[in-house]
Amino acid sequence: MPEKKLKEHLIDREWCKGCGICVEFCPKQVLELNRQDKAVAARIEDCIACRLCELRCPDLAITVEVEKK
Amino acid sequence: MAVQDYIRERFFPHLWCPGCGHGIVLNGLIRAVEKLGMSRNEIVMVSGIGCSSRISGYVDFHTLHTIHGRALAFATGVKLSQPALNVIVPMGDGDALSIGGNHFIHAARRNIDITAIVMNNRIYGMTGGQYSPLTGPGMLATTAPYTNIDQGFDIVEMAKAAGATFVARTTTYHVQQMADIIREAIMHEGFSVVEIMSQCPTYFGRKNKQGSAVDMMKQMKAMTTPIGSKAKQENPELIERGIFVQLDKPEYCEEYDRIIERARGGK
Amino acid sequence: MTRQIKFIQGNEAIVEGALYAGLDFFAGYPITPSTEIAEHLSVRLPRQGGKFIQMEDEIASMCAIIGASLTGHKVLTATSGPGFSLKQEALGYAVMAEIPCVIVNVQRGGPSTGVPTHVSQGDVMQARWGTHGDHSIVCLTASNHQDVFAMTVEAFNIAETYRTPVVLLFDEVVGHMRERLEVPEEGEIPLVGRLRTAVRAGVDYHPYLPREDGRLPMSDFGDVHRFNVTGLVHDMWGFPSDNPKIVHGLLRHIVDKIENNAGAMARFKTYYLEDAETVLVSYGSSARSALHIVESLRPRGERIGLLELQTLWPFPADVVRQYCEQAHYTVVVEMNMGQVCQMVKHAVTHPERVFLANRIDGVFISPTDIKQILRLIKGRGV
Repeated sequence: MPEKKLKEHLIDREWCKGCGICVEFCPKQVLELNRQDKAVAARIEDCIACRLCELRCPDLAITVEVEKK
Repeated sequence: MAVQDYIRERFFPHLWCPGCGHGIVLNGLIRAVEKLGMSRNEIVMVSGIGCSSRISGYVDFHTLHTIHGRALAFATGVKLSQPALNVIVPMGDGDALSIGGNHFIHAARRNIDITAIVMNNRIYGMTGGQYSPLTGPGMLATTAPYTNIDQGFDIVEMAKAAGATFVARTTTYHVQQMADIIREAIMHEGFSVVEIMSQCPTYFGRKNKQGSAVDMMKQMKAMTTPIGSKAKQENPELIERGIFVQLDKPEYCEEYDRIIERARGGK
Repeated sequence: MTRQIKFIQGNEAIVEGALYAGLDFFAGYPITPSTEIAEHLSVRLPRQGGKFIQMEDEIASMCAIIGASLTGHKVLTATSGPGFSLKQEALGYAVMAEIPCVIVNVQRGGPSTGVPTHVSQGDVMQARWGTHGDHSIVCLTASNHQDVFAMTVEAFNIAETYRTPVVLLFDEVVGHMRERLEVPEEGEIPLVGRLRTAVRAGVDYHPYLPREDGRLPMSDFGDVHRFNVTGLVHDMWGFPSDNPKIVHGLLRHIVDKIENNAGAMARFKTYYLEDAETVLVSYGSSARSALHIVESLRPRGERIGLLELQTLWPFPADVVRQYCEQAHYTVVVEMNMGQVCQMVKHAVTHPERVFLANRIDGVFISPTDIKQILRLIKGRGV
């Protein structure tokens, strides 16, 4: 099955509370907390668009847009 | 419709602590509703009092934020008077099983088509960390400073015993399962109970040295297992996740409609 | 006009009144002496497509009717003292969230389990202050079945007009005794329907923004407007707020909407008051004995009259003051330790002329009881 291609990975800085859940559970270690304790997609090129960060974010701060086929 | 359309964006960021599991439940609930393609106007969300129950303020449905423990009673009035509505009732563990215990068992007994979501973080969070009927013996809480001596409920067993026709349990770690279960619970025509184990890093977690929200979620992954798994056989202490009950039984509002037919037809 | 004539219990007269007013959802729990209301409605409601449910307890009953009111229905619950105590929190919710509903309390001996099968009028103050916080309440009563019917309809009308819970405070004697009732024909008594908003879909609807005439149009759950209902102090969209301006405004609104319309809600009946030197003030079944004694003493030349209160709350102080102004003796007749007597003393110009003629032992206060007490009050011995 062809892998999904990431179109855009958006994190709302106002909504993100820096809990670290997305960082910890990303299977490809794409995310990290920046100096303001906000989540950022530091290694976006590794993102496989599994969307687990989007589903696990307690603040609904993450939107993972996937390329439509 | 996008997920954004189901929430009241103007109130975000929400009031829950960083890492609170309730936000993950909100996330899953919204996606479940979106996937079912439900209209916002057909949903009434009825909640009680507590951190969990604040969820109703964040969703763009008809929302009814009631009094502590009584959400299911209000919901019964909503549903029976207007059965076409889809009634979803998120509650906390204390709200649903302590003060609300009576309404919980009776709503289950009636098998009225309502979806009860018990957001179980094993504590009374909003009031600052007191023990609940789900805290369990040996744990610490602000009102159990020498450790809790209360045994805890098993929500799944209670729901089963009370007659709920859909009973499931999952955790905020298992987001995929959570969304699937919530969807099935909503679709089920009868009383559905979904227990979602959730983390309260601020009170339960801190008091009981459980670490961060991340640590608590890892724990929920470690201490649970799918129903009937080999791991469960090897370690009976593990808590099972999945759908325990899914039965088709007479639904209350439909049965009452038959009463109306009888009352009108006969003498 | 051919009215239906029935010989029924007062509890059934309540049922007739409620159905006449458009009741179509009842949730309740059995409790003496109100159980017959639930039983009759369990038969009558489904016959007309309405819903009846016996909930698991008194609290659940009160909560369920609030839920059903929000889907656009006229709702009722019925209980007695102990159940009325249980319902207070939820009743307060209906006050705060401005939800029309009617609660019947058929009073019995209290406090606590009290004397379930005997009469008292001990819940008057509780009807006013049973739920916590500053609030106002509407409470009606009646002494005979025709008025029980009329006040029940009135209760629904007031509930809809002011978006408030209304308490119907009856008692075991009226509830259980049998008497003639003429059921008015459709249209005889005007009914107030649910006022729904004219705001269209897609336009911002404020569930708690009063119209210019002070009324608050509602929107049914399931209809086009999605809004929040909560027991927390809230803004006009129904969302929680602790902003002092909003708290002050909402609490004032909830109280003022009732208190400012107290005059319009004051229901009462007068008998022989034009030249009365002794004014009996009474309500509920006590008023039956009070009326009897007035009608038996008048032919003997006693200048005695009766002011029968049908609105207990907001207390019709102006009415009481007016009719007791010229009285040498104002005697409040009730089956409690002076709950209305207290209010009458506050209301009249001459509180030193107010006396209590009461009975608290569960035995119905009789005309003879009142006569004896009147003699004692007037220093004439028994």
